[in-house]
Amino acid sequence: MKVKMLSRNPDNYVRETKLDLQRVPRNYDPTLHPFEVPREYVRALNATKLERVFAKPFLASLDGHRDGVNCLAKHPKNLATILSGACDGEVRIWNLTQRNCIRTIQAHEGFVRGICTRFCGTSFFTVGDDKTVKQWKMDGPGYGEEEEPLHTILGKTVYTGIDHHWKEAVFATCGQQVDIWDEQRTNPICSMTWGFDSISSVKFNPVETFLLGSCASDRNIVLYDMRQATPLKKVILDMRTNTICWNPMEAFIFTAANEDYNLYTFDMRALDTPVMVHMDHVSAVLDVDYSPTGKEFVSASFNKSIRIFPVDKSRSREVYHTKRMQHVICVKWTSDSKYIMCGSDEMNIRLWKANASEKLGVLTSREKAAKDYNQKLKEKFQHYPHIKRIARHRHLPKSIYSQIQEQRIMKEARRRKEVNRIKHSKPGSVPIVSEKKKHIVAVVK
Amino acid sequence: MNVNRVAESLLALSQQEELVDLPKNCPLSENEDEGDSDRERKHQKLLEAISSLDGKNRRKLAERSEASLKVSEFNVSSEGSGEKLVLADLLEPVKTTSSLATVKKQLNRVKSKKVVELPLNKEKIEQIHREVAFGKTSQVLSKWDPIVLKNQQAEQLAFPLGKEQPAIAPIEHALSGWKARTPLEQEIFNLLHKNKQPVTDPLLTPMEKASLRAMSLEEAKMHRAELQRARALQSYYEAKARREKKIKSKKYHKVVKKGKARKASKELEQLQKVNPTVALEELEKFENARMMERMSLKHQNSGKWAKSKAIMAKYDLEARQAMQEQLAKNKELTQKLQVASEIEEEEGGTEEVEELLVPHVVNEVQMNVDGPNPWMLRSCTSDTREAATQEDPEQLPEPATHEVSESEGERPVAEEEISLRDFEERRSLRKRSELNQDAEPAGIQETKDSSSQEVLSELRALSQKLKENHQSRKQKASSEGTVPQVQREEPAPEEEVPLLLQRPERVQTLEELEELGKEDCFQNKELPRPVLEGQQSERTPNNRPDAPKEKKEKEQLIDVQNFLTTQSPSVRSLAVPTTIEELEDEEERDQRQMIKEAFAGDDVIRNFLKEKREAVEASTPKDVDLTLPGWGEWGGVGLKPSTKKRRQFLKAPEGPPRKDKNLPNVIISEKRNIHAAAHQVQVLPYPFTHHRQFERTIQTPVGSTWNTQRAFQKLTTPKVITKPGHIIKPIKAEDVGYRSSSRSDLSVIQWNPKQITTRHSKELKKNSVG
Repeated sequence: MKVKMLSRNPDNYVRETKLDLQRVPRNYDPTLHPFEVPREYVRALNATKLERVFAKPFLASLDGHRDGVNCLAKHPKNLATILSGACDGEVRIWNLTQRNCIRTIQAHEGFVRGICTRFCGTSFFTVGDDKTVKQWKMDGPGYGEEEEPLHTILGKTVYTGIDHHWKEAVFATCGQQVDIWDEQRTNPICSMTWGFDSISSVKFNPVETFLLGSCASDRNIVLYDMRQATPLKKVILDMRTNTICWNPMEAFIFTAANEDYNLYTFDMRALDTPVMVHMDHVSAVLDVDYSPTGKEFVSASFNKSIRIFPVDKSRSREVYHTKRMQHVICVKWTSDSKYIMCGSDEMNIRLWKANASEKLGVLTSREKAAKDYNQKLKEKFQHYPHIKRIARHRHLPKSIYSQIQEQRIMKEARRRKEVNRIKHSKPGSVPIVSEKKKHIVAVVK
Repeated sequence: MNVNRVAESLLALSQQEELVDLPKNCPLSENEDEGDSDRERKHQKLLEAISSLDGKNRRKLAERSEASLKVSEFNVSSEGSGEKLVLADLLEPVKTTSSLATVKKQLNRVKSKKVVELPLNKEKIEQIHREVAFGKTSQVLSKWDPIVLKNQQAEQLAFPLGKEQPAIAPIEHALSGWKARTPLEQEIFNLLHKNKQPVTDPLLTPMEKASLRAMSLEEAKMHRAELQRARALQSYYEAKARREKKIKSKKYHKVVKKGKARKASKELEQLQKVNPTVALEELEKFENARMMERMSLKHQNSGKWAKSKAIMAKYDLEARQAMQEQLAKNKELTQKLQVASEIEEEEGGTEEVEELLVPHVVNEVQMNVDGPNPWMLRSCTSDTREAATQEDPEQLPEPATHEVSESEGERPVAEEEISLRDFEERRSLRKRSELNQDAEPAGIQETKDSSSQEVLSELRALSQKLKENHQSRKQKASSEGTVPQVQREEPAPEEEVPLLLQRPERVQTLEELEELGKEDCFQNKELPRPVLEGQQSERTPNNRPDAPKEKKEKEQLIDVQNFLTTQSPSVRSLAVPTTIEELEDEEERDQRQMIKEAFAGDDVIRNFLKEKREAVEASTPKDVDLTLPGWGEWGGVGLKPSTKKRRQFLKAPEGPPRKDKNLPNVIISEKRNIHAAAHQVQVLPYPFTHHRQFERTIQTPVGSTWNTQRAFQKLTTPKVITKPGHIIKPIKAEDVGYRSSSRSDLSVIQWNPKQITTRHSKELKKNSVG
């Protein structure tokens, strides 16, 4: 008797290796999958919840400074190395992978006001309250040698900030005026000034490297052109700007961290209206740094927290804080755009993940696919109220929370008053000023 | 622009200042006088003024404040006259006197000399510098606009931006550094060298190179294309031939053959005209073929197939036709080809020959009917022929069949066929009798069928009578209508008229009966049928009066629903005194009247009720088919989920009772589900412009469950990709294809400040001019 059997080609169902995925024959006909949207919604909800569950951004705290950390700098060639200057004049170089201090220098008397690395990564510059600019070697001194700066420039006035050119052996300091120095000379090759107040920080544009931006304590932001040795324009805001940071991917965009709790992103060609006003802090913003991708920036605030803002959003997407972290003075985004460092008043440097729930380390392809899929789902369903609520939920310290409430009330009251004023006055007599323009006092040519 | 304007205004200002200079100088001289003389003069003036107060010799005395050659009592000074002194006025007298040449010259010089520009103040200059510089810088920056825009809109950005070219050396380089060391390697290399195998790039032998050189690229391409075409054509042809060969349809092959034959004949005709000798040869060939055919038993209806067809022919029209065709073919093939002149002469002869060769049947039928195979035809259209036989009785079927049998007896025909034919004959006879049966009720053969029909007819008669009693006009009319028709069809004896009359009904009953099953005894059916019919008929007259009643009832029902329109007495409360009630009634009536007049045309309440009914209908859940094919059973093409399962999943859930169920004049919309609303997006999110757009994005699934792997990957690509452990540098002009500025930022800084200022002032001038 002949027995007829079902015979199948094993190639159709047998895996080649154990690591292969099991083949799942599937019919993609949408009529057979009537519940695709609800299922995806549930997946998105779960992904959002899991994101919150795994949101543990704090990685490490680097302690060792004996005073508040006043300034931070990244190594341009090495991701693991960072430099920090403290309020007691001490400069420390840290190794992030080992999470320890690899070198300590007593660089200045008084504050280390500014620190910056040379573009090649061989040396770095510091300025201090002792009216000096010092250049140091990145590598430590040999055995038996003394720790000494390569160069020391004695200035006439106190320098409050320093930044190095991105390509050439030029650096800029600020204080009474903006000085541009050749590394080889002891006198500035050019000094530019506009107004008489002290300038708190100066920053080189990373893309069009001849541009500089500075902010002074007379509430203004001044832009300079190094090639033409002249200031370009000045914008006066409501309150003092503490520092500015240029977008590394968009040459004409910079963000200013202001005392009025807000950050302002400007297009430098049109200073009369900021591109975006970022508001979420409840105290003065002290520092800001762009992600190297140019899509986000991080800001440090006096209210003991740091926040991450997307460039095109006015509200922050993330807030980091710990109980022990005090006023955050400086913040930096690492060059691989994965981590954030912040130095604070209570002598510690903290290392955070830029994406709070991101898994560190190497991902397998399946993990990566799952991550991408979850990300996409979260994005797709982000407007759904339950998902939005979960995604937005953050725990805040009581002080910040109450301050937010308070300020909300204040803001609402102000808004109401303004509306009432408009309502009860002759139409057109009270101009309606947009939120963006409200904070700009003047633009000086 | 702005800069220009400022510069212009500045220049204009300075010029104005120049112009103002001259007249200003005049009054200035007044103040130069010494204190004492001034006092004296004032005193004198005062005296004069007093003296002139009389009014008669009141005269304006102007003070002379200029040095002039002539000192006259008539003052020259402009003061007091109220007119401005212009340079031309001064020059006029000078022109006349030649002695004042030097003064004149001097004055001319003054007139023609250009005034040196007043230097701008420092702030202004700086501002202009800044503005110029800003303009330049923003121009430089605007080159980044497209890149920024592109990056913002990019589906995906991969960082770090600059593509690092992997430094892989070409294989020749690697090979050049490598030398054969072991004997085996050396041997291999020797072999390679002997054959002139290339070791380095390009990996072509000299032969290959030569061949490459021999044929130019275009030539080679053309050649190749031709070859390809030829190959393709061949393959098409082969495929076509194979396909045609595989076709089983005989009709097709027949058509093909016919086509070929026609073609051949045409060619022959052509040949006759062109080359008669060759044509003759061709004809001979045909003749030969004919002879062969005649000799053979092909197409003689003697083959196995033909016999089987002959059996089938009685029942199957196709078989019949096939046989006919075969015979026709035979005839055609055996027909002698004739030259046109011979046809008339040999007509008779050919007939004879045909008679001899072809079975008699064929001829006979030819005589009878025009068709080619009459005995086949007979069987195929037996009914019609029978009708024909009825019509002309001289041509009886029996002798014809006899003839057939005789003629067939002549030829060696299988006995089966004869028997078959006999059988057919008998059958035809029987049919005829059946047909005639109506005419002759006492038939020759009383088969079962006829008897049953008789019973049926009796039945029908009964029912007919019953119906007549009821006298339903309609039926009568219809029957009357049918009568003449039937009579026309069959002029039958008068006795049978009632039977025939019943035709329409009978057919109905017959069919019904058949449905019920013939085996069921007729007696049983006999009784219920009339009764049923009676009932039916009874119902119909009854229904007529009933129908309006029902309508009325329905209307009443509607009125119950529409009680809003009519004033219901039960609504009135008893507590209200009747007088007031009456008053109110009057008022109400008035108002009602008014409202009625106002809304004469439209029935609002009815519309409202209609609306409400629609709303209720819309809100009742409808059955939804939620069966998933293949769940809990086999699925696939051609398989459908069982009805049981479908029933299980088709149910619509019973909704909660409507809130406005007991509120007749209210519609409470329950469309908004509060519980669902908490999960729904209330406001259209920002980038979307229409809610449908948003819905569509939500409805397209992303997951791999509903998408192919490729689509899934495409859909879930992240917007920004970064490599762990890679430093992302700021964007560079070279990265995006711009030429980075060659001069260093530092180069300009070692400037001479003066140079820069001169350059800027030049620019400034240009701006002020332009």
